[in-house]
Amino acid sequence: MVRADRFQRDEGVDTKPMNIVVPIKLVPDLVEELEINEDGTDIDREFLTYRINEFDDHALEEALQLKEKHGGSVTVLALESEETDKVLYTALAKGADRAVKVTGLPEGLSSHALARTMGQALSNIDYDLVLVGVQAADDRDGQLGVLLGKTLGIPHLSVVTDIAVEGNTLTLHKEYAGGIMAQFETEPKVVLGIQAARVIPRYAPVSRVRQLMKEAELDEVEASDIDLGSGTSVRRMYTPTRGEGAEMLEGDAEEIASRIADIINEKRS
Amino acid sequence: MSQDILVVVEHLDNVISDVTFELLGKGRELATATGGKLLAAVLTSSAQSLAEKLGVADQVIGVEDPQLQHFNPESYLTALSSVVEKKAPRLVLIANTSMGMDLGASLSVERNLPLVAYAADVEMEGDAAIVTSHLYGGKIYSESVLDADSGIVSILAGSFPAEPGKKDGTPELEILAAPPALSDTRLRFKSLIQPEAGDVDITQEDILVAVGRGIQSEDNLPLAEELAKALGGAVCSSRPIVDNKWLEKNRQVGKSGLKVKPRVYIALGISGAPEHIEGMKDAELIVAINTDETAPIFEHAHYGVTEDLFDIVPALTEKLK
Repeated sequence: MVRADRFQRDEGVDTKPMNIVVPIKLVPDLVEELEINEDGTDIDREFLTYRINEFDDHALEEALQLKEKHGGSVTVLALESEETDKVLYTALAKGADRAVKVTGLPEGLSSHALARTMGQALSNIDYDLVLVGVQAADDRDGQLGVLLGKTLGIPHLSVVTDIAVEGNTLTLHKEYAGGIMAQFETEPKVVLGIQAARVIPRYAPVSRVRQLMKEAELDEVEASDIDLGSGTSVRRMYTPTRGEGAEMLEGDAEEIASRIADIINEKRS
Repeated sequence: MSQDILVVVEHLDNVISDVTFELLGKGRELATATGGKLLAAVLTSSAQSLAEKLGVADQVIGVEDPQLQHFNPESYLTALSSVVEKKAPRLVLIANTSMGMDLGASLSVERNLPLVAYAADVEMEGDAAIVTSHLYGGKIYSESVLDADSGIVSILAGSFPAEPGKKDGTPELEILAAPPALSDTRLRFKSLIQPEAGDVDITQEDILVAVGRGIQSEDNLPLAEELAKALGGAVCSSRPIVDNKWLEKNRQVGKSGLKVKPRVYIALGISGAPEHIEGMKDAELIVAINTDETAPIFEHAHYGVTEDLFDIVPALTEKLK
């Protein structure tokens, strides 16, 4: 008896290679302490370290997995900033074919403006599939993937955890609460908000990234006439006041462990 | 534009999601502040049975079509957009969930309405709605001013109590004609897939030891397992651990995982992003261990420890054995 499970399902011989684009957003490294700027309406961006949005890293990995299985290409896109080159060269070192830096825009762009920008950059790229991280920690005005799909006039699906390809048909799993999933089918073009890649995102060897920084070129496109508005303004940004929350336990490991054990035992008794 | 508040009713398999009642409760308050009506938008194949649960609303606006039996980003947007066009509400409240994310942001582009996401609170101040969002994993709060005639607020589940939004009884039900474009979708819904029953049901456990990114490596999981064993509980986790395939999906607590309410919840190396808090904030006793003293988890925990979990956990396990 032949069982058509997902691993066989997408081995179709006539599967068309897809050109996949992964728009990458750089976000502040949340391991560092975030501070508020002088007028209290944004985080202080001066000394921040940025890194790839973790969900975008999953989107890139899923794109590379699809390319390795079915052929095609992977193009990464990111707005210019201090750390952009490193992020884009890292993506090339992982296996992306082309990296495009979008220049001419300020930092801290709204999701709406970022979607317009990425939409404009995509107008000159031949693509079948756009994979983007399902969300980012600073999506104050909505998630990029959905906004980008609407901007491009193509369908979008968020919280995607599984992509299978057969012929020209994509079978997708969208995750709901409680581990329930919905299965959808569609044909390219489509924007997918990736929750998690099928495997843990790969690491790029630092030596390979350095080598590419010397040898490879990043493409550049300049954004023009982007409407930067999002329709809302921030009147205040702040760090929530601490102290009303947990009672903090102090001391050495033994003392703290004893306190916790007492607290739990009291609750259990 | 009207002063009405429109709540988008989320349902799965013909059951209204809890978050909908949270939004309805808040919507009731906001409608009192604006002097408008509280409207509930029901997009489904048959609105009557869902409308019976929406007694708190002044009016239920239904769009019915077989195509709307299950969520589809395209057909739902077409239907919702027609409701918003017809009713021109002051605010659209939508859940910041898997479905709501697809719907809220696309409605924003479709109808050219401003959107504020990750919202944990909304208040009217004069003519403006002030929306508090939890950003950067809950480490920073922002207050957005929504002062356009109409706008969308995408609200995190668990932000408001559900009780005020629950009232049986069918309000006035108005069915709008289904827009012809409804079945013109390129995405096709195929089926719902229920999760496989795992080895353990964390929603039934009295004691949970939860691990997050701070556990650092899959090799450190036995630390948590031994503590859970000493307590007679089970191990669960935040999303990154499951995305990294260190634990099975049935162990995930939070937005795309499970909602738990154990007697004791020990959070190891969990920062407490809103998506996680949503799944565990009702635990009776929460103890959080995290070296980052600014981690939002400490806002929700009863007891907090900023010492290294790799020192505390073995000592704690030893004492509980």
